Amino acid sequence: MTDTLEVQNIAIAFGGVQALTDVSFTVKKGELVGLIGPNGAGKTTLLKIIAGVLAPDSGQILLGGKDVTSLPTAARVRKGLAVTHQIVRPFRSMTVLDNTALAAGHRFTSNPLTALFHKARKSEDTHARTTLSRVGLGGLEQSDVNALPLGMLKRLEVARALAVEPDLIILDEPLAGLNHREAEQQVDTIAALNAGGVTTVLIEHNLREVLRVCQRLLVLDGGRIIADGDPTTVMANRAVREAYIGKADDHVAA
Amino acid sequence: MSLYAYSLLSIVGINIMLAVSLNLITGFCGQVSLGHGAFFGAGAYAAALCAVAGMPVPVALLAGLFVAGLLGLLVGFASVRLREDFLAVTTIGVGFLLVGFVRKQSWLGAEMGISKIPASGLGPDGNAVMILLFALATIAFSLYLKRSWMGFAFRAVADDEQAARTLAIPASTYKLVAFAIGTAIAGLAGGLYTYFTQFIVPDSFGFILSVTLMAMVVIGGTGSTWGVVVGTIILTLLPEAFRFINEYRLLIFGGLLVLVMRFAPGGLAGIVTSATRRLRRA
Repeated sequence: MTDTLEVQNIAIAFGGVQALTDVSFTVKKGELVGLIGPNGAGKTTLLKIIAGVLAPDSGQILLGGKDVTSLPTAARVRKGLAVTHQIVRPFRSMTVLDNTALAAGHRFTSNPLTALFHKARKSEDTHARTTLSRVGLGGLEQSDVNALPLGMLKRLEVARALAVEPDLIILDEPLAGLNHREAEQQVDTIAALNAGGVTTVLIEHNLREVLRVCQRLLVLDGGRIIADGDPTTVMANRAVREAYIGKADDHVAA
Repeated sequence: MSLYAYSLLSIVGINIMLAVSLNLITGFCGQVSLGHGAFFGAGAYAAALCAVAGMPVPVALLAGLFVAGLLGLLVGFASVRLREDFLAVTTIGVGFLLVGFVRKQSWLGAEMGISKIPASGLGPDGNAVMILLFALATIAFSLYLKRSWMGFAFRAVADDEQAARTLAIPASTYKLVAFAIGTAIAGLAGGLYTYFTQFIVPDSFGFILSVTLMAMVVIGGTGSTWGVVVGTIILTLLPEAFRFINEYRLLIFGGLLVLVMRFAPGGLAGIVTSATRRLRRA
């Protein structure tokens, strides 16, 4: 069976700074993988490369076994990738329902010509309603997104990503800015979606929640993958502990 | 009806086509263009050359549509790479460039323009009817477009291009399509204008016209087809009804533009919408 996502030897430098060095890993169908790492480790850069927002200096990205390294973002989404944004980006002129229905209509909108000759939205509206209730936004369909609190907008990000019916969803810090309870609910939703068959990569800072649900952890530090495996082993890893709490020597010095 | 009435109707119809097509680009897809008059001019010149060469009316009109649309597609490529404010400045530049180019081309009549353009053969009343039919078709197309999936995708691109891309919407392609469709309609309006006046000069298609068209869109209500139609009719007829307005036309349009941007960014359409909402609540 082919892997849902293959990241092969990705490297990128900005000016003189090597942001990512030889990053390789695969995500298998159905997995729920946590991608963690300290600030500046390169997590968001890696996501941007996977999503096609940035072009790597070297290396390949494969989705479902197909090389998508040279494809633009929209084409990768058509091949089954969905991503959410760390800073929420709802369409401000639309209701919650329209935000999601637009995503559900990706078969029309991915080609302008098809989009021009289709008008009916009923089945996409229905699909959007179902998706919204799955992420806990049922009843808020007609709300103005500008009036929603951050916790709801974070869920809307997930709803939109789900509505494109992806094989793989990459969530960029879906818990950032949420309070304790909201974060817990959001993670429960994500775990439930994964149990429903959506392969998931969770980029997060909230270790407590990541450790609660992820079956596998990837740790990025200084632009390299320093650990990959089951959460208990990874967290026991000396390099990982040092990346998070600093080297033992630093503490002596301090 | 008098000849004057037919000519007024023709101008209103042409302006509606221009403002509604600019609204497709700026209102629907969020790409600010301050060079729409140039595409109108490109269409007018293309149609005039065809007419002078003895080609039938439909061919000349189609030539106007295609030449302007192709040119629009070309300029649209700038919109793919540029941020909103830079795009506005670039389109101003394109407008000046085209007018400046035409002025120096003897095969386009240079400063003197093209005169003695053959008549359409429909007479002033026939011309006015033809123009109004095209204007109605443009309105109908705009209303349909807004409700289609393309209009939906345009809104997403106008709101947040990057977010649109992550929902499988090829934002750059949509921006090109908006430019191509909008400028093609402006080119068609140019062809109709050629048969209406039978005499064209480069200065009719300059920056003043482009800004006036933008004023019609903004004052009518950016993004609202009916708002733009009403705004266009008012701004076209007002100077005709009151001569003193004509003398201060630019001053008044400019002032209105500033007032609308400051106090009612939704334009006339926005004022009507919020008024009906308030009435319903009361």
